[in-house]
Amino acid sequence: MFQEPIVNEAIAKELGLLPEELDKIRTILGRNPNYTELSIFSVMWSEHCSYKNSIKYLKKLPRKGKHLLVEAGEENAGLVDIGDGWACAFKIESHNHPSAVEPYQGAATGVGGIHRDIFTMGARPVASLNSLRFGKLEDKRTQHLLKGVVKGIGDYGNCFGVPTVAGEVYFDPCYHDNPLVNAMSVGIVRVGETLSATSYGVGNPVYIVGSSTGKDGIHGATFASEELGEDAEEKIPSVQVGDPFQEKLLLEASLELVKTGAIIGMQDMGAAGITCSTSEMSAKGGHGMKIYLDKVPQRQKNMKPFEILLSESQERMLVVVKKGAEKDIEKVFEKWDLHCAIIGEVTEGGMLEYFMHGTPVASVPAEDLVLGGGAPVYDRAFSTPSYHAERDAFDINKIPQPQDLKEVAQKLIAHPNIASKRFIYRQYDSMVGVNNTSTNKPSDAAIIRIKGLKKGLAVTVDCNSKYVHADAYKGGLIAVTEAARNIVCSGATPVAITNCLNFGNPYDPEVYWNFVHALKGMGDACEKFETPVTGGNVSFYNQSPTRAVNPTPTIGMLGIIEDVEKSMSLNFKQAGHLIYMLGTHRNDIASSEYLSLVHDVSLSPAPHFDLEEAHALHSCILALIQDGLVESVHDVSEGGLFVTLLESAMTDDMGFDIHLAADIRKDAYLFGEAQNRVVVSVSPEQRAAFEAKMNIQYSPIGQVTKGAIIIDNQDWGQIKEWKSTYDTSIEKTLGIID
Amino acid sequence: MFIAEINVMPLKELLDPQGKAVEHGLANLGFNASKVRIGKRITLEIEASEETDAIAKVEEACKKLLHNPVMEYYEFTVSKV
Amino acid sequence: MKFGVVIFPGSNCDQDMVHVLRNVMGCETKELWHKDHDLQGLTTDDCIVLPGGFSYGDYLRCGAIARFSPIMKEVVEFANKGGKVWGICNGFQVLCESGLLPGALLRNNNRLFICQNQYITATTHKSAITEQCEIGKPLNIPIAHAEGRYYCNEETLASLKANDQILFKYCDNHGTIHADSNPNGSLENIAGICNANRNVFGMMPHPERAAESILGNTDGKVLFESLLGILTTV
Repeated sequence: MFQEPIVNEAIAKELGLLPEELDKIRTILGRNPNYTELSIFSVMWSEHCSYKNSIKYLKKLPRKGKHLLVEAGEENAGLVDIGDGWACAFKIESHNHPSAVEPYQGAATGVGGIHRDIFTMGARPVASLNSLRFGKLEDKRTQHLLKGVVKGIGDYGNCFGVPTVAGEVYFDPCYHDNPLVNAMSVGIVRVGETLSATSYGVGNPVYIVGSSTGKDGIHGATFASEELGEDAEEKIPSVQVGDPFQEKLLLEASLELVKTGAIIGMQDMGAAGITCSTSEMSAKGGHGMKIYLDKVPQRQKNMKPFEILLSESQERMLVVVKKGAEKDIEKVFEKWDLHCAIIGEVTEGGMLEYFMHGTPVASVPAEDLVLGGGAPVYDRAFSTPSYHAERDAFDINKIPQPQDLKEVAQKLIAHPNIASKRFIYRQYDSMVGVNNTSTNKPSDAAIIRIKGLKKGLAVTVDCNSKYVHADAYKGGLIAVTEAARNIVCSGATPVAITNCLNFGNPYDPEVYWNFVHALKGMGDACEKFETPVTGGNVSFYNQSPTRAVNPTPTIGMLGIIEDVEKSMSLNFKQAGHLIYMLGTHRNDIASSEYLSLVHDVSLSPAPHFDLEEAHALHSCILALIQDGLVESVHDVSEGGLFVTLLESAMTDDMGFDIHLAADIRKDAYLFGEAQNRVVVSVSPEQRAAFEAKMNIQYSPIGQVTKGAIIIDNQDWGQIKEWKSTYDTSIEKTLGIID
Repeated sequence: MFIAEINVMPLKELLDPQGKAVEHGLANLGFNASKVRIGKRITLEIEASEETDAIAKVEEACKKLLHNPVMEYYEFTVSKV
Repeated sequence: MKFGVVIFPGSNCDQDMVHVLRNVMGCETKELWHKDHDLQGLTTDDCIVLPGGFSYGDYLRCGAIARFSPIMKEVVEFANKGGKVWGICNGFQVLCESGLLPGALLRNNNRLFICQNQYITATTHKSAITEQCEIGKPLNIPIAHAEGRYYCNEETLASLKANDQILFKYCDNHGTIHADSNPNGSLENIAGICNANRNVFGMMPHPERAAESILGNTDGKVLFESLLGILTTV
């Protein structure tokens, strides 16, 4: 028989709890916790579950809006009313630490977890997105991680049957030890047919459904809240194995369960497994539970109570069912070959009582475990990052202008941050579900039609962490604004965001300074664009002994397009169409890919940005699309204007003939990343109407050609040569093609 | 020259989704099989002066490349050709 | 003509196919559950579709477990009586595993899952799904698979050719069939075949993903139209 150790401060520390946290637990219980209870508190009060180091600032983000049916923190994901009787549930989440240890399974289970958050609300996932960050691509470890992560995301999502419609991938040395894997799921549900993660009704049975429970991922939530040290390899038991086939069955069964009307509440088992789902559902419903751990189907023999409670075995859900309706729901599970077992019942009061073979093993109040209840809330110290001095010393006039701009352009489009991510996205099924209209009509945000409706969804994920590192406030503003710009450029209206906040150790005052200021920037932009935050997650401790990752607040944005047929694409349509740039050309190369790649300057201020200017630009673009005055719309982002033009040209093998402005540095004109700029093409017949409509700064820059690229009357060759470099660069670095 | 026959199996404590699905398929056919687990079998020939040397080399190959300690364990036999 | 679409656990293109058959082509379409033995009144004038997806997670071998589903016994009998059976992607794999079609689908030669728009061309008119296709004309029909490399032995290949059983080959945007237009290493660029009796069809590309203008691609419609046309003209 396993002897639980007597709990003291040393043991609490081992489980990641501070001495004052142990004191708090003793006050709550009125006694010393036993080891099982301590384990429960340790996972529930980990950053991953409790947001103890972030909640103060998360609460300052705008979280209300006219479209919101479920606000941030209320359920597993936010829920947005999209009209016509439909709602959209969407959320982004990180799986960074598991992916660093086991890239394939880490990424796969990240995808699985976020989809479960969506379908346990009763919504059917219709689109997946992801945001990935790795170290330098030339590095062998990066290549191993990249291949594993991409295959993991692909294998899971492809089998599960939800298209991966968009994403972003960046390579930067700061992610060498801590890759970031952020996965987003978007689902739709009829208003009124959603499920809640709640529990009430004394005597109602509590079911566990899905895979049996093994020792995988025990203390995973605690693990995610620690730095990856030298001994990372030894924390191997934290790996979970995903089973997308089982998840597909769970999805179909869950959506059928909604129709039985017999469900009180349902929650996915992610971090902290049974502990988290029983406590969060009970706290929400204001009830307690008796849970008989020996009734939990187990994959291994002799599992200890805390192991069953903390296991993070994947593809499991907790379901509270109306008493008397057991047969109805068991029939659904049987139809889908899913194992289910009654493991307890709802009780009065708020106590969670766990038993093993009739013996009580833990007894804790649900409310004290959860965020918003008794979980601790901290306000960490922060101080201005010392590297700001180096940043402020940057002077564009000290950067020489290259003689051969064509050579620079060729180098830039071969860089993995700019080059085609074909190697990656080709491994994702982007078309299953026959709703992704962007396959044959590329646009800055992916457009998802909803069968039977005229309207559709627009979705994107964005964050340029280089900007956030340079200037956390401005970087936060830019991340939200870029997402909104992508939504707008595809013809849709931004509605709401979800965020995945990837940062280093919150106990580092400089890391925390960036956290606080990035959130402030995000919040201000969200206010301006009326896109409330509906939820997401915080991932701290993305930090190795040598350094923290760039502050990376990944923004997942949802937009609505009233008529999918009228979505806007990014590709040039016809030779002779006029090319305009909306916004202002600036002598700005700060924080650009060009600056770091060609001049090896990794630290400089964030590029130009102005929130009012952004807002006016977005309104103007939507009006132009609405009136049918533009043939293509594509925003200027990494790589600058040249890359934007090239991307617009490549789809249909077109080219462009442009003239640079005399008063702007040529490198800044072509490769600068000043924000709030968009390239449109206009047919000559619409020229007058287009120009009459313009109420913001803009300039004609040239016209579309049949394939020739001409810059200031210089022949830069044919689009096909450029496309070949752009398409194959990453594959060549990986050694997949010669 | 020695021949090594190596079995690489999913760790016993980890879920083996493939094994589970196959177990279900076998049940459909009326086989009451349980604990189905699916791994890989690798055979290779290796130059070595004596058996202990061959074992050491295979062991190293397993550790470095053939198995993923996060997910799998291995066992092997070595015999002289 | 009525349709039945089989749903295996892990099928994930079943509803896409049902949507296209019902809402785009306007056909009466039944959903056939893998555990059932009931073809819901379908007769040999009708067509059963085995959809794409990952039946039983594609564990062991793609299609290997699905072929033993109760419904497959009925599907085999239906095919043997002359009813039309059309397997797409995973459905093609199930048909090969069950012996209704010759050959096998191996791992793509780059060992990766490939999802992309892909040109194929019909190589014969003599089948219900290619009757109205123009031979040599490229059709953009998306592929999405990790195990789509068609393989069979020389003898089988010779009989496929002798009996005109090769329906589609991968080609380029001009309709030319060559090694560079082969996305997965399939034997002689084979993308789809039929059985000797010409009532069982298998193909890796997904025509249901290319059947609506809102998706910007209607190249796949001609296959459905061929299939339906056959009955309206008979």
